[in-house]
Amino acid sequence: MARVEERIDESALGRPRGDLARLPWVSFAIIAVLVLVAVLAPLIAPHSPTEQSLPDKLLPPAWEAGGSARHLLGTDVLGRDVLSRLIYGARVSLIVAAVALLAGGGIGLIVGIVSGYLGGRTDSFLMRSVDATLTFPTILIALLLAVSLGPGLRTIAIAITVLIWARFARVVRGEVLAVKTRDFVALARVHGCSHLRIMAVHIVPNVLNTFMVLLTLHIGFVIIVEASLSFLGAGIPPPTPSWGQMVSDGRSHIASAWWLSVVPGAAIMLVVLAFNLFGDWLRDWLDPRLRQV
Amino acid sequence: MDSAAGVVLEVRDLRAYLYTRWGVVRAVDGVSFVLREGETLGLVGESGCGKTMTGLSLVRLLPEPAGRIVDGQVLLEGEDLLAKSESEMRAVRGRRVSMILQDPQTSLNPVFTIGDQILEALGQHHVDGERSLAARAQEALRRVKVGAPEQRMRAYPHQMSGGMKQRVVGAIAVAGEPRVLIADEPTTALDVTIQLQYLALLKEIQARTRLAMLFITHDFGIVARMCDRVAVMYAGRIVETGPTRALFRAPRHPYTEALMASVPRLEGHVARLPSIEGQPPPLHDLPPGCRFADRCAYVADRCRREYPPTMPVGLAHEAACWRNEPSAPSR
Repeated sequence: MARVEERIDESALGRPRGDLARLPWVSFAIIAVLVLVAVLAPLIAPHSPTEQSLPDKLLPPAWEAGGSARHLLGTDVLGRDVLSRLIYGARVSLIVAAVALLAGGGIGLIVGIVSGYLGGRTDSFLMRSVDATLTFPTILIALLLAVSLGPGLRTIAIAITVLIWARFARVVRGEVLAVKTRDFVALARVHGCSHLRIMAVHIVPNVLNTFMVLLTLHIGFVIIVEASLSFLGAGIPPPTPSWGQMVSDGRSHIASAWWLSVVPGAAIMLVVLAFNLFGDWLRDWLDPRLRQV
Repeated sequence: MDSAAGVVLEVRDLRAYLYTRWGVVRAVDGVSFVLREGETLGLVGESGCGKTMTGLSLVRLLPEPAGRIVDGQVLLEGEDLLAKSESEMRAVRGRRVSMILQDPQTSLNPVFTIGDQILEALGQHHVDGERSLAARAQEALRRVKVGAPEQRMRAYPHQMSGGMKQRVVGAIAVAGEPRVLIADEPTTALDVTIQLQYLALLKEIQARTRLAMLFITHDFGIVARMCDRVAVMYAGRIVETGPTRALFRAPRHPYTEALMASVPRLEGHVARLPSIEGQPPPLHDLPPGCRFADRCAYVADRCRREYPPTMPVGLAHEAACWRNEPSAPSR
């Protein structure tokens, strides 16, 4: 037996490196552009996102009849430049998504791990809390928070965190239940690991794939919740542009000025798609079994 | 064999119960045995007789929250493990008592390389620098005859065969140089040729390290090959203990006898293998007398009333059956 084993194809061991073709370049590019645009918004935006100019209102994008190169993506009902608003809106979307997902996902991950691993009364208590959270209507909670905290970025981030942690907790707990019965967890105990170490070192990496996929799938959800809240006046206060709000604002003009809704809608779609592709790739990359194709 | 010399592990009247919604399952119900340096004790019995629970009790890792050790002593080199705190126990596990489980497919964490996992286990007890740990890990792999350990350290579990994985599990188990190794059916999931290699490997490691091994199995062939002594377990208790050869040649408990009769033999012609009729009693509702009474060919009234004490029946050979009472008429 040992004779055969001596010759090991080194390239087949560990994580294969350097195969650039398999990286999701499209989604990397979109995410990179998004981040750059959000960070550099004041430098690259052609106009102020809030400056109104009624004579220029409802100009179509540059390539349409009547469009001008001054406003590449046209203007809205108040004559504000759509491209500039889109660029500044990227900031809102990114900040809300990042903060809410990190906080909500983080809380959910911890609750799910603890709940699934410890089981018993702790599990019952935590899972009933999850049930309770999931029964609250999304918008109602957000509105309540907006009333008590005042509308703004912070309120949105808190509201979305409160809403999504439970979804993460539930899925992560289910994964933990499956992972913790496997022998390597028992053997980790045999080798002298503490419960805390087992949760952090042995369980977390095994549920990370699911967690990451869940995270990327929720980016779209977060952007849409943010849009709904902004539309209802419980989100970002009006002069600050946000993609969701732009879609909502454009709804009443969809027949005459399609770009008002379609441009930010396309941006949302592209970004959500990019994050989903990224999530797919990440899942495969994190799972050593799917590395060899 | 000198009875007191070299005793590494002594278990006295161990009782471990599972508290379930159907009642108290007395999975381990008064188990006693000793394990000496360099010795292999086979713990045999059918499924659900408490073998695995006995193994888990020794390292105090019963399934929580249902499992609890209610009574007894587990003396490791004279120290009672059951009296230790959880943090003291952590220093015992892996370092002084280690374990190999049945299924190599789930015994390794799929998201870490083999090297990381050996280092993780070693790192729980050894505080030397990174470099010497890596050297120890490679040494551990070499000890279980894994070829090219430097490269293997970087492999993931799914890149290895079952036999190879189980050898890695073995490497992790003995890396901390424990005094006692509990092997819970380590070869059941391996195919037959790999089984023999693996058993030979364990023997070799044992010969070098004077490891005391508790070998849990239901395979008499493996017992004959591996074990110096055998303890036969039935319904939560050890019914017969003895040197492998003596116990195989002349079983003194009817259960052992019936088990032996149901193993196919090469010599002679047997039309139909005898089987043991009936089922073992449910562990949450045990009869007061001998637990094997209902299935025993030699059952007497007394068997149903009183549980027989463990009586010596030969050199280092003992059994719990009334028929071995000195005054009782022999068969």
